[in-house]
Formats: sequence, structure tokens, C-alpha cells
Amino acid sequence: MSARIDEERSATDAAATATAADSAPETVADASLAPERRGVQTLSMAKAINAGLRDALRADEKVLLMGEDIGPLGGVFRVTEGLSAEFGDKRVLDTPLAESGIVGTAIGLAMRGYRPVIEIQFDGFIFPAFDQITTQLARLTLRHDGSLSMPVVIRVPYGGHIGSIEHHQESPEAYFAHTPGLRVVSPSSPHDAYWMIQEAIASNDPVLFFEPKSRYWPKGPVDLDHSGMPLHASRVIRQGTDVTVVGHGAMVSTLLQAADIAAGEGTSIEVVDLRSLSPIDYGPLLASVQRTGRLVVAQEAYGFVSIGSEIAATVAERAFYSLEAPVLRVSSFDTPFPPAALETEYLPSPDRVLEAVDRALKY
Amino acid sequence: MAARERDFTAPTVQLLTPEGVLRPTAESEPYLPLIEALDDTALERFYRDMTISRRMDLACANLQRQGQLALWVPSHGQEAAQVGSAHAARPQDHLFPSYREHIVGMIRGLDPVNILALLRGATLGGWNPEENGNFHLYTLVLASQTLHATGYAMGMQFDGATATGDPETDAAVIVYYGDGATSQGDASEALVFASSYQTPQVFFIQNNQWAISVPVSRQSRSPLAGRGHGFGMPGVRIDGNDVLASYAVTRQSLEEARGGHGPSLIEAVTYRMGAHTTADDPTKYRTDGEVEYWAERDPITRYRTWLEGRGASAAFFDEVDAEAAEVAADLRRRALDLPAPTREKIFAHVYSEPHPLMKEEAAWLDAYESGFEGGAA
Repeated sequence: MSARIDEERSATDAAATATAADSAPETVADASLAPERRGVQTLSMAKAINAGLRDALRADEKVLLMGEDIGPLGGVFRVTEGLSAEFGDKRVLDTPLAESGIVGTAIGLAMRGYRPVIEIQFDGFIFPAFDQITTQLARLTLRHDGSLSMPVVIRVPYGGHIGSIEHHQESPEAYFAHTPGLRVVSPSSPHDAYWMIQEAIASNDPVLFFEPKSRYWPKGPVDLDHSGMPLHASRVIRQGTDVTVVGHGAMVSTLLQAADIAAGEGTSIEVVDLRSLSPIDYGPLLASVQRTGRLVVAQEAYGFVSIGSEIAATVAERAFYSLEAPVLRVSSFDTPFPPAALETEYLPSPDRVLEAVDRALKY
Repeated sequence: MAARERDFTAPTVQLLTPEGVLRPTAESEPYLPLIEALDDTALERFYRDMTISRRMDLACANLQRQGQLALWVPSHGQEAAQVGSAHAARPQDHLFPSYREHIVGMIRGLDPVNILALLRGATLGGWNPEENGNFHLYTLVLASQTLHATGYAMGMQFDGATATGDPETDAAVIVYYGDGATSQGDASEALVFASSYQTPQVFFIQNNQWAISVPVSRQSRSPLAGRGHGFGMPGVRIDGNDVLASYAVTRQSLEEARGGHGPSLIEAVTYRMGAHTTADDPTKYRTDGEVEYWAERDPITRYRTWLEGRGASAAFFDEVDAEAAEVAADLRRRALDLPAPTREKIFAHVYSEPHPLMKEEAAWLDAYESGFEGGAA
């Protein structure tokens, strides 16, 4: 990751959140193949993933896209826009409307040497495929004693903040992180999305790729020449001295906003972007906690038996003597996602994060 | 309200009667040339494989009763459906079993000790299909493999490995499942995908009348062969205890699939003479009369009668019996000699690529276990 991107990131993020009418010109995604046009470009996450998918399709003819409405329509979020026109319907498959069927046939294609990349239309619709993912996809390498790899990527637009109806705003990542044999990642920025989707496709293990759908449209810098870090690395994206906060996906922008507000009030917050939910890269997080002595874990998912629970337990074990306060968790509530009119009260906000930060500081 | 009576009968393709007489019907007559093309060696091989399957079944059930297997999955009664369909496949074809197709695997070259390792609790499967006749791993979650087979067949299409016009190299897929598994959503989704993509594929249902203790009438009110038509592909019901019908109809279906004419479905009507597994007790849900009815339709007895009528010698049958006994005894010996897995196997292949948690937990377990070994750690 270039320093330039780090510097630009926080500002771009805040600006994009503040207003949807971002007037920065958006470059076209297929610039990625033209060497003279590479470098750092400003892209939305949707366009960045589109560019990453295009590069992967060009680089390896065994890469296939599968999903519902991903062909001529380009997916309900237009992430695959233009790809069926370029690669045809044998590489970009508009499948029958059956999630278990999509994952199950992708497994068969992977056995045949393909690298399928599946789009699940919305988070809440992954469950018809839960059996194929957990009892089959996750175990086939083990059951084959290592002679078979399962390079299947499952892209899942997830999370709230879009005011949509039931089953369209959920955060089911913990179910998959709990399943041995799967890898689970979630980018928080266009740059990470562009690189992480390609790294996920290159992985020989199944990867659940959670795309924070509320972050599809804000633009940010993407260095098309340098990834900066491996797929499963976490990193500090804002330095601070008083309290560490950690999150993934859309929560990262909430944490950055909270850090901005806190800075105005004299509290210095360090923000860690988890990026990978399975495995979790604890190195940067533990180092941060050793410096600050306090940790708040934030997530959009339900708090009970969650990624946040796991992190809280592990940090308590491994950084016990550095902690000045218990690890505190900020989550949505342990209820189904409510009607969208209530989502701002349901989802963790910068204020809810700061409430936990204040509690941590009082110990 | 009583269910309305409806006529759902389907014609059944049968070449060999239960009495062992080759008597083609209007439905089976078109398949006769496929049988006439088989030489004596091929026909005798069918008998040999069915006999080995039954003998092995007995030996393995005994192993289970003696505490040497966690479970055995009997195939007694289903030998004709399995042996006929397995021999219909060409070397380049891929076969996706459920978990009862032991002889199918053996016909494809799989050493059955691999199956016993699975049922003994020493592996989770473990064999490489590419090195074992393209015979894929057993799948215990019912009907999951129907989708894997369909995806695999899609891959053959995308590769150009099928429908080039050369049956010696064009590939196809056959997937095995049972009457109970047809009720799983995945079974229907596989038929949707196969029909939609016109995959080179045969769906082979062994309707053995019972899903553990539940009769096929609870799964379907009409013959399962109709599941083909409903999804836009041919569906054929065969006498699954007739090895000639099983071979011929499967052969024909696979040849059409490899020729680019799309998928089809076969319902082989057969009977599970034994228990579902060694954990089952069929006396609790079915009658002796029903078992006797099917015993009279035994696949091996009728085929032997037919072979004898064609002039097969008593010496041939004696040789097969001796070979079957030796295969079973050898398998038993080797099953008892199977090494116990070492604890590295817990972690070794959960992922294809290095994973920090696997490394960490394997190291922890090593250290923990060595703490009990006289302080060797």
C-alpha cells in the first residue's frame, strides 16, 4: 500500500460518506489492461471489483462467473456490468435461480479444474446454499486427502444502511468463519476490493468474499499496480494512542468517522481494519492493544457468538497484561434485522462506538 | 378426503424375466442389439462382478458385527442395477456415487479397502478419483453429489471434452442416488441445471423401495422415472434386477449424452434385501412376504439361469465362487491390517494452502500429547 493511498483514504472516505454527490470523475474500469493508464485511479468499490473480476477473467481462462442476473443486466448492483459482453455466456453464466444449485455445480466445475466465482444476490439469500457450502465445499479438500483443491469464490453483498426490505441487509459472515475449510474476507475500500477479489480468486481454498454493499458507490483511490499486502493481513489504517477500535467492511468507515469526532474532543483513536475474518491476523491488532491498552470491537452483525466475541476472547487471552479495560463490543442487536425505517437505531453508529470508547476510558 | 385414484403406471424395460428367460418386450426390444454386441467374456464378467459384490457384502457385514467397522452399507439385491450401469460407462466417463455403490467402484478400479477405511473410521474418503477410474468419493449428505456431477458435466462441455462425434473420447457423467434422495431439493436443482445446460449426463436412481424405514410411496406418488419428463429430459423405468436391462439402457443413455443429445434419467426398480445399514432393523417396518417376493426376483439367480441356458459350464460358476470367496477373504485381511490414522491427519488437508490456525492447533496438540509420554516433549 503506498503512503499516498493511506493519506487519501481517510479524506475520501469521509467525503463519500458525507455526500452521495461526489463530483470526482470516475475512470472506466477496463483501464486496468492498458499499461499507460494504470497507476492510481479513483473508483467506486463496485467498479473496482468489476475491474478485478475483468483482470482475473483475462488472466486465467478457467475463471468463470456464476450467479443470478449477472449477465446482460450486470447483477443487481451492476458489479459484473459489461463482463458477459466481453467474455460471453460460457464465462459469465446467468444460472437458474437456485443458490444450492449454483454452489453445487460450482463444486463440480472446480473438480474439473475451473475457478468459479459466484455472486449471491443478497446476504439473506445465501442460506439455500448453506448445506453445499458447509458440508461439501468446505470439506472436499480434506475428504480428498489433499489431492483436490476447491478454488471457489462466493461473493456476497452484505450489510445494512441501504434501507431495503427483509433478507437484503444482513451480516451472516460469522456462520462461515465458524466453518473449518473456508476462508472469509471483507474489503472496506475500493483499493482493497480490487486486489482482494483477485487474490481470493487466486487462492486454492474456498473464499467467502463479503462485499459491504453500502460501500459500493463511494469512490476512493485504487493503486492498480500495487496490492500492498496479502489477502489475510489486517492493518492499522489510522494511528492513535488512547483506544484501539477494530472492525471490517462498512463498519470501518463508521470507525473512521468516530475517530474524527473523538479527535475533536481530544481522544486519539487507532483504527484497525480486519480485512480477513478467517483466518484473523492478530499481529497488528495485538500490537495496537499493547500500545493503547484498550479495545472496542465493532460489527454490524449480531453480537451473540460473533466475530467480535472471538476477537474479544482472543485479545483477552493474549494481551491480558496490556489491557487497562475489558474488551468491549459494539454490535447490532440480537434480533432479526428490523424494518428499514429503524435501521439507524439498529446498526452501530459513530456515536454508539464512541459510547463504548468512553466506557473503555473510564476503567 | 380420500386421495383420488390416479393411474401413474409406467412401462418397465426388462430383457431378462425373473425366471431367467430373455424375452424382450415392446419397450425393451430396441435395446437388444446392445446385448447382442457383447461377447461371452463381457457377459460372464457381469456374473462375476455381481457374485463378488454379494460375497463381499456378507464378509463386510460380518466385519461390522465383529466390531471392525463402524458401519456397513449393504448392497445385497441391487447388484444388477449397479453392475450393469457400471459396465455401461466408458473409461473417460466420470461416476459420482452415493454410498452404496461398492461394486461400481471396484469395476472402475478402486481398491475396496478404501471404502472399508472410510467405514472403519480411518479416513473421510481419501481416494483420488483421477487415479481410480474417475470414481468419485462417496457423499453422505443425500443428493449433494447430483449437483457436483452436473457441474462436472458442465465443465466437460466447456472443455470441449464431449459431443465431438467420437464416442471413444467423448466423455459423459453418471450420478447414482436413491429413492429417498429424490426428495432432496438438490436432486431437483440438479435436474434443472442439467436440463438447462443440456449436460452430458445420466441420472441413475436406484429405487430400492425403502429410505431406511420409509417406503418409496412417501417420497413419490408416481414412478420416479417421471422426474425426467417433468424437467425436460427422457426418463426410463427399468427392471433394476435385470443386469442386461441395466447395462443396455444405461449404455444407450450415456452414448446419447456423450453425443451431445443431453441428459436423461433412469429409475432402476430394485430392492434392498438387507438392512439400510448395519444400524438398521428392517423387521420393524417390512414383512417377510415382501422380502420373499423380491427374493424370487433375485438378480443373480435369474442371470445364472440364463447363462446356464447359453451353455456356461459348471466349472465357470465354481471358479467365480472361489474367486469371490478369495476377494472377500483378502479384503477382510487387509481391512484388519489398515493402519490407524495419525493425528497429523486432523489438520493436514483442511486447507490447500498454509493456514495459521491449523499450524498453531497442530503444534498445541503435539505438545499436549507428548506431555503424556514420559516427558518426551
